[in-house]
Amino acid sequence: MNRDLGARTMSTVEVAGVGLHPFGRFDDVSITDMGVTAVRAALADAGVGPGGFQAAFCATAYGGVASGHKVLGRLGMTGMPIVDVEAGCASGGAALMLAASAIRSGEHDTVVVFGIEKMPKGIIRSSFFEPWQEAGGLAATPAYFALRAQRLMQTSSVTKDHLAAVVVKNRRHGAHNPDAMFRSEVDADAVLASRVVCEPLHLWMLCTPNEGAAAVVLRAARATDGVRLAAAVLRSHIPGSVLSESTPMAGLAHDSVPTPSALAANTAYEASGVGPEDLDVVECQDTDAARELLSYEELGLCPPGGAADLVEQGTTELGGRLPVNPSGGLLSKGEPLGASALGQVVELVHQLRGDAGARQVDGARVALSHTVGRGANAGVVVLTR
Amino acid sequence: MRTGLFTEAEEPHLLGGHCVACGRHHFPRAEICPYCSADGARPVELSATGHLWAWTAVTAPPPGYRGEVPYGFGVVELPEGIRVVTRLTEADPSRLRTGQPMRLVLVPVGEDDDGRAVVTYAFSPADEP
Repeated sequence: MNRDLGARTMSTVEVAGVGLHPFGRFDDVSITDMGVTAVRAALADAGVGPGGFQAAFCATAYGGVASGHKVLGRLGMTGMPIVDVEAGCASGGAALMLAASAIRSGEHDTVVVFGIEKMPKGIIRSSFFEPWQEAGGLAATPAYFALRAQRLMQTSSVTKDHLAAVVVKNRRHGAHNPDAMFRSEVDADAVLASRVVCEPLHLWMLCTPNEGAAAVVLRAARATDGVRLAAAVLRSHIPGSVLSESTPMAGLAHDSVPTPSALAANTAYEASGVGPEDLDVVECQDTDAARELLSYEELGLCPPGGAADLVEQGTTELGGRLPVNPSGGLLSKGEPLGASALGQVVELVHQLRGDAGARQVDGARVALSHTVGRGANAGVVVLTR
Repeated sequence: MRTGLFTEAEEPHLLGGHCVACGRHHFPRAEICPYCSADGARPVELSATGHLWAWTAVTAPPPGYRGEVPYGFGVVELPEGIRVVTRLTEADPSRLRTGQPMRLVLVPVGEDDDGRAVVTYAFSPADEP
């Protein structure tokens, strides 16, 4: 890294280490404990010890005051700036963006980014909604997912069978992931036999809010063959779409508003010089089965209306041309908000290193992570090797 | 419910805003246009009829809700060029269709902490009595 301000060049950022606490339900493990496990693993992976990093960003939505500080305090590693970051489901992407910017600018050499969460059980009560919306039954989060799914089915060839196929695919992938919450395969009949939560979405088509932690050590690149962070982009929504993840009470009667996911993806492609045709493996937001199919279009993995074809052709299965959610996705792992985006990055780093075991995408060199949720915020990360 | 969302006359209306700067309508009513950031949006009563654009049914009570389940939930498009997220009086998705004419009604949704009835807005199929 060149600290001569007169001739400072922008640093390239590499992923020096990754670590994880499994996703699931752990009644006897505190959120701080989970963070300690993930951060220690990432620091050990990177070969970084006390004093070896200059800043830390902690992604969490429900963690409370100074969550990140508590984790690093337990490790005896404080003194540097420790900042908690909240951006809904994209919190981890937001933390990565801030860390990467600090390294690229030359402000810091090495930064620890981690995400921790212990979600409430059941349908998530979110401070996002106001009391009048709750009293009127309008804080029904799965219903908003269902409306997006229904519109996708009305405006494309996607059917309930495609939604079930996404669940079958991701659960098959997740069966090979020891860090996932659900590690058993399911068949389409069983998915469609699970109870209807909000038509057209059945219970097994929805991910489970849960607990977990993930950590990533970023630094100014020095290794020649390391995993590079080619882009870490966060974008928020442009108002107007009634079914935006910003969950407005009304929107405009036209469909031309770009989504935050599309904005983030396009910006990330531009920043990294990578296009959707270059991708070898993708982890995307599968909060529900339809959300994964919407992501295919928003990330440019298929032309508009082409999501059903990708499913039918097996393109996004392990062994297909472009595997999506080889980790099993949120449908297998569950979704600990602050940790979910960094969990995707941990998976993709293993994929690019070639040590993902039974989930390995052969020869993966270019990977993309996508998260989107409340705010609305969307994060897209591009990793290369 | 929050005041200022709807009128409680025999034929109720949702209370929205019309931005004189960009010409677009919004709901709920706001001082600042949510689309163009201009001040001074004009208060309006929105049309009580529209067409169904998307729908589902909620089968389990969401957080903070004390009314009955299941209940309909969807989006109705109004002639002012806006789509409104709303409860629906029809809780059976198979009885609803795209473009169906809908009319605004007020419905009870349980009681608040002080035992007072809570009333909110919903849209009902307009071709039913």
